[in-house]
This record gives sequence, structure tokens and C-alpha cells, in this order.
Amino acid sequence: MVHASNGGVLAQWAWLIVVAPFVAMLAIIAFGKRMPRKGGEIAVTAMGFVFVYSAVLLILNIANGVIFEHSVQVAQIGSFTIEWGWVVDGLSTMMYFVVGTLSFLVFTYATGYMKGDVRETWFFAAFSLFAGAMLVLVSAPNLVQLIVGWEGVGLASYLLIGHYWEEKENSSAGMKAFYTNKIADIGLIIGAIVLGTAVGSFRYSDILDAAANNLSSLAPVAVAGGVLLFIGAMGKSAQFPFHVWLPDAMAGPTPVSSLMHAATMVTAGVYLVARMYPLYAGMASDMRVLIVIIGAITLLIAGLLAIVQDDLKRVLAYSTVSQLGYMIAALGAGGYTAGLFHLWTHAFFKGLLFLTAGSIIHAVHSNNMSDMGGLRKKMPVTFWSFTSASLALVAIIPFAGFFSKDEILATLGNNGYAWAMWIGILGAFITAFYMGRAMFLTFFGTYKGEAHVHESPKVMTVPMAILAVASLIAGWVNIPGVYEGFHHWVTERAITFPSFSAEGFDVAVMLTGLGFAIFGVIVSYLIYFRDADTQQARDRVRIPVLWPLLENKYYLDDLYLAVLVNPIKGPIARAVNWTNSYLIDGIVNGAGIVARYAARIVYGGLDQKGIDLAINTAAIVTGSAGEQARRLQTGKVQHYAAMTVAGLALLVIAIVIFI
Amino acid sequence: MSLVQFLVLGALMFSFGVYGLLVRRNAVMVLLAIELMLNAVNLNLIAFEAALRTAFAGGQVFAIFVITVAAAEVGIGLAIVLLIFRNRRSANVDEMDLMRW
Amino acid sequence: MGGWFTEASNWWFLIIAAFIVVASFRVVTSGNVVHSALFLVASLAGTAGLFLMLGAQFVAWVLVLVYIGAVVVLFLFGIMITRAPTGPKVEADNPRKGFAATAATVTFAVMTYSSISAFGHTEVSKVGSGTATELIGNQLMGRFVLPFEVVSFVLLAALVGGIVLARQDTSDDIEEGGGQ
Repeated sequence: MVHASNGGVLAQWAWLIVVAPFVAMLAIIAFGKRMPRKGGEIAVTAMGFVFVYSAVLLILNIANGVIFEHSVQVAQIGSFTIEWGWVVDGLSTMMYFVVGTLSFLVFTYATGYMKGDVRETWFFAAFSLFAGAMLVLVSAPNLVQLIVGWEGVGLASYLLIGHYWEEKENSSAGMKAFYTNKIADIGLIIGAIVLGTAVGSFRYSDILDAAANNLSSLAPVAVAGGVLLFIGAMGKSAQFPFHVWLPDAMAGPTPVSSLMHAATMVTAGVYLVARMYPLYAGMASDMRVLIVIIGAITLLIAGLLAIVQDDLKRVLAYSTVSQLGYMIAALGAGGYTAGLFHLWTHAFFKGLLFLTAGSIIHAVHSNNMSDMGGLRKKMPVTFWSFTSASLALVAIIPFAGFFSKDEILATLGNNGYAWAMWIGILGAFITAFYMGRAMFLTFFGTYKGEAHVHESPKVMTVPMAILAVASLIAGWVNIPGVYEGFHHWVTERAITFPSFSAEGFDVAVMLTGLGFAIFGVIVSYLIYFRDADTQQARDRVRIPVLWPLLENKYYLDDLYLAVLVNPIKGPIARAVNWTNSYLIDGIVNGAGIVARYAARIVYGGLDQKGIDLAINTAAIVTGSAGEQARRLQTGKVQHYAAMTVAGLALLVIAIVIFI
Repeated sequence: MSLVQFLVLGALMFSFGVYGLLVRRNAVMVLLAIELMLNAVNLNLIAFEAALRTAFAGGQVFAIFVITVAAAEVGIGLAIVLLIFRNRRSANVDEMDLMRW
Repeated sequence: MGGWFTEASNWWFLIIAAFIVVASFRVVTSGNVVHSALFLVASLAGTAGLFLMLGAQFVAWVLVLVYIGAVVVLFLFGIMITRAPTGPKVEADNPRKGFAATAATVTFAVMTYSSISAFGHTEVSKVGSGTATELIGNQLMGRFVLPFEVVSFVLLAALVGGIVLARQDTSDDIEEGGGQ
């Protein structure tokens, strides 16, 4: 696509998309408590506005193509300008639409899910903050604003994961997410600095132009910058070894898990790599293999972990990590469109999966699949939504995930990463296996719990139904050879794309992938459907060494705890505390003591003895003078007469002598 | 006759009066001393009148006024002394010191 | 100075002056109040004589009439009323005699010195038959009528004030009588 419009008025006012959630946040903080839905209405309205506007922009992009960018200078530091602005191009409009649609639907769902929650107003305020920060992130025209949005979503994630902070493990999960992201963000920030100083500007357009033109100042640092930015992306998108926070993040309320940890926030890393794609495709292309490796490892290990989970949300969390691995691997292999297409479809079906999980958890009051079973008849809408989304995830034709996952596998195979492709195909089997397991354990068999299970209210089921339909049709926007709309949407950018290999219709890969997926479903059916009633069979598949390893998450958490956390908590923290208490506090306290001593001297010596003495003496002298003087008033008239005569005599003598 | 002799005499009488004013304990005696002083003043007035011979005899007229006022003053003064004597059974000026500090 | 003693009037002056000095001295040094009053009478009488010498006849006789005749009598009444009937003999003078004498001497010295230095050469003479009473009367009613009226007020005030101050409080009797 070479022709493009500049978006006209709609693009110029696109900053409203970014501002609306923040306005909503402030309105919720101000008025939320008094409203009937505790501020949820405000949030849903704002997200509705974002959804409509983003849909309009998407249509505009589909029709004419939009490339627009506007920046305002905010600060000037030396020779660097810090700017704030917004971008409206193919990639951005796609992200706006994803964020807007999912936000709108999940917010609506949340008004039902969070009803009666202890901190409902705060929840919607923080959720709106998240939506605003995410939009800041995807609308950024420069790396600095990206980092602002990045940290903003990190903050919102921390707040929302720890929503039920009364339980220690929830607040700990929030901290774990924050710390893990923060360590990865070191890479992001240093990468941004490196690239910015090499090019002289933080703007994407400048950096990518420099990358495309092989700017000599950028050449030495391009690879390093690429690696560092990717490290930041690894943190946010939960790639190995930074993936540990995402499963624990399930401690937050389910709408949070759906929107943030499936559809939007975790895709920020994928978005970053996609945004900087020309850099990776061009000057930093030497490190792309690293991206593919990380992506492949992630998708495999996370998929394996999903098999042994009893908590339904954790299954989905590991599934998310695994799917993110697919996206990252695709981008690393050169599949710009493939990775983004999977991001698009994944948002719909994984977001839906979490919503259905929330619906189940809401009804059953437990996260664990061992407390579920036989819910198919009692919660039909939830069941069919779950089914639709699972089929999309497992990549069964014609559901959405089929097209996107197939495209990824084709890209990996056709660009020389055949080993990654086979890992991806194995991953398809594993995905099908654990999703089948989840479905059979949850919906089939008999319900053994005591909770009164009923379908969720309309405000929750309608979004689920909408997403269920989307899980079916979302993939139809990019069928290779038939309609390649999505490809054209997201390549509508202000840069020229280096030529990429055809991500075409590779029948062999497609059939292999499909075959493995169906195979996985059958295996899980065989193992789990029969035992859905008794749910005893799980021990039958307990492979001796593998299962304990998986159940302990490869002992990674213990490794991190021992190597990173405890040394900092223990000796380092104690040393810092000692320095603070004795050295720094000592200096401060010493200053205070000196000041007090000086004050005492001034007060006691100068003020009390010196100044006060002078004043008191003056007063005493006056007093005693008066004391003596009043003795003149004897009351006796003769004394007065004597004084008069004496005075008169003196006066007259004086006059006589001197005049 | 010289004027000075009258004036000296008047001064002498006046200083006796001052002495008596400062020394006497009885209130009535103090008043007597005051009368003496007034008398000395009258003598001075008349002496000056005789020396200056003004057309309107101012000195003598004033001497009459002085006598009149002296009479009034004695009347009031003795009335006060009487009241004090009634209250305190004593006319001793040394004991009349209620207006002291 | 020698010429001073050749005038007869100066001799008269000297005699009367000696009389006045002695009498005045006894006024302020007598231990008896009644004696002091009577010595004052003598002093006033001597002064009246000097007035006659200076030609102020009217004033001289006014002095005798008013001062001696009324004021000193008033004094004697006051003395009578305020004399404690029985009681220890009280010393008439207080211990401040030294200071008082000094004060008096200083006063006398100052006044004498001033007079001599100012009027050392002024002469006094008895003119003809002295000042006519008619002249004084005319001046009182003419030039000095205002002070005259004011002094009348002073006398009236003294009269009323004296009565008010000295009367016994009879209002109790009236109220008691009214109550019954």
C-alpha cells in the first residue's frame, strides 16, 4: 500500500481516544461512589466512546489507509526533545480497535461481575487508568511516551492484581508482577536511551528512518538496542524467563485477567517489537534468532505447565504465555503480519475464555476444576462461549485461531526456522490437550459442589456471546489468497517495509498443524471424558519425573527466590538498613543535636541572661524607682508644703543667680 | 521712708509664716501661720502702692480682696479641721495621712 | 544711711516693726494655741498701724474689722471646739525644726536680696491725707467690679460650704421620725 490519506479531522482529534479513559477515571473518583453502579457506568461509557471512535478509525484505514502523526514538545533537555503526541496508522488503529472493543466488552462484563465488591469504585477507577495508559502506550509516536504508558500499565496491573489485598498472597502477586516487569524494564529504558542518543531523537519515525537508511551512528548500537528493547518486551509479554508473574497475576479479579493479562497489556511487548520491526528486520537482524528461540522456549514450557494445573485461571494464564511465545517467535522469524494477526485473534478468544472462566468462578465460588463438573447444562451460554473460544485457541478450522496460528507456523517454516515450526506444531498438540482437559473437567460429568449454580446475568453473558461470535469470524479478515485485509491494515505505516517472504497458503503445514490439534483433542477426550464423573483418573497420567517438575513450575520460582529475592531481602537489605540507620540517620540526627545545642546556648545565654536580663533590669529599676518615689506621698500636708517651699526656694535662687 | 524696709519686714513675716507652716503640729496653728503669710503679702501690696501711687489705688483694692479671700479660706479650713476632729478626736496634722502611698 | 534715722517716720516705723517681728515670732513658736492666736492679733494690729502710716486708712480699718474682729474670733471658736478636753500634752512642734528654719531663712534671704537689688532706691511717702476712701469705692465698683463680684461668690461659697461641712448629720433623726 503506498497511497494513504492523513486521516483528516478524525485523526487530528484522535487524542480523544487516549484522554477519554483518564477523564472517566477522574469522574469515577469524584462521583463514582454515589452512582447506582458505583462508577461502572462512567467507565463503560468512556470505553464505548473509545470503541466507536476506534471502529471509525479502523474503517477509515480499511477504506483509504491512514498515516498521521502529531507531536507536541513538552520539554527540552540539552539537545533532546521530549514530546507527547499520537499516531494514527495501520498498526495503531488495529491496536486501538482491539483495546477499545475488548475494553468495552470487559468493562460491561465487569459491572456485573464486580457488583457488590468491597472496592467497586476504586476498581473501575484503576481499570480506567489501565485503559488510558494502554492507549498512551499504543498511540505513542516516540519511545519516551511509550515508556510512560508502559509504566502506567505496570502500575495499573499492580493495583488491580492486588485488588483483594487483604489476602497476603494477592498483594505479593501484585508485587511479583511489578518487580519482574521492572527488572525487564531496565532493558527497555537502556535500549531507548541507546537508540535515542545514537539517532539524536526518540521518535519512531526518526529511529526507523535511520534504521532503513543504515545510519552510521546507529550501526554500532542497533543490535544492542534491539536486544535491550526486546528484553523489555520479554518482561511485559511474559516470555521465559520473565514469565513467572503472569500465573500469579490470576489473583486479581477475572475481568482484570481477561483484559490485561490476555488481550491487551501483555501484548504490549509484541506491539513494541512490531513497531520497531524495521529495526529488527534491518540493522538488528542478527539478533532475530534470539527472539525466535525465546518465543519457542516459552510456548513449549508454558504449554506443558498448563497441563498440570487445577486452577482454571492458571490453565488459561499459561496458555496465554504460550500463545505470546507464538507471537514473539513469529515476529522474530520475519512474520510481521503473522504475529500481529495472532495478537488480534488471541485477544478475542483468550479474552472470552477468561470471561467464561469468571462466569464459572462467579457461580461456583471456586477457581479449582476439582470443584467443578457438569456445568454444561446449568450454564449453557457460558458453555457454548467456552467451546467457541477453545476451538479458536486450539486452531480448528474455521475458527479464528486456525488462520493466525497456521500463518505463524508457515512463517516459521518458510524462513529457515523449521525447528521452531516443529516446536509450534507440538505446541498445538499440547494446547489442544490441556484445553480439552479443561473443558471436560469443567463442563462434563456431575457437579459435586454445594453452590447453587446458575447462569450469569445478561450483562455478563451478552459480552461473552459477542466475543464467541468474534472468535469465529475474527480470523476471516486475513485468509491468504482469498482476502488479505489484515495484512494491508497493519502495513499501512510511514515506513517502507523490507520485503518479507510470502506468508502464503502452505497446505502441508496447515494440515499438519490441524492434525496435531485434533489428535490432542482426542487424547484428552480419551483420558478425561471418561473420568469426568469421578475425576479420579488424573493420577493415571501422572508421569513420574515430569509431573512433579511441572507442578513446581520447573523450580524456577524457587530459583528466583533463592538467587534474587532472598539475597536482596537478607544481607543486602540489612546492609542498606545499617547504612541508613547509622550513617545517614547519624548525620541527620547529629545535625539535629547540634542545632538543638546551639539553640540552647542562644536561648539560655543570649536570650535569657543577656537580653532578658537587660529588659528585666530596666523594668526592675523603674519599679524600684517608683517604689522609692512613692514614699514622697506621705499624705501629710506639711510635707507637701515643705517640698513646695524647698522647690520654690531653689527655683528662685536659680533665677536670681543666672538671670 | 524707703520701700525696702517695708519689703524686708514683709519678707521677715513671711518667713516666720513658712517656718510655722512647716513646723506646727496642730492644724489650727498651721492655719495661723498661713494667716501670717497673708498678712505679709498685704503689707507688700500696700507698700508698693504707696511707692508707685497708681491712679486707681490698685494695691489697696487688691489688699481688700486678699483679706476677703483669707476670711473665706479660714472659714472653710476651720470647718474641715472641725470635721476631722470629730472623726478622729485629734487635730494633729501628722496623723492626717490617709492619702499616703 | 545716716539720713534714714533723721526722719521721724522712720523711728515710728522701727518701733512698730519691732513689735510686729516679736509678735510674729511668738505666733509660730508659742506652745499654746490660744497664745498663738492672740499674738497673731498683735501682729495684725501692728500691720494696721503701718498701713495708716502708708496712707491706706480704709484698708487699715478693714484689716482691724474683718481680720482681727472676725477671722481671729473664728479661730478662737475653732480652737475651743478642737481642743481635746483631757489628754496628754502634745508637743506643739514636730521634729523638723531644723529643716523648717533653713527653709525660712533661705526664703527670707532670697526675698530680701531680690527686693534690695530691685528696689533699693525707691522712696515711699505718705501723700497728703492718704488715699481717699471714695477712690477705693469708685475703683471697686468701676474698674475692679468683676473681681469684686467674683470674690462675693467666693464668700458665698465659703459660707454655704462651711455650713454644709460643719453641720451635724440630722437626716437620721428625720427618717426615724418619719418611720414611726
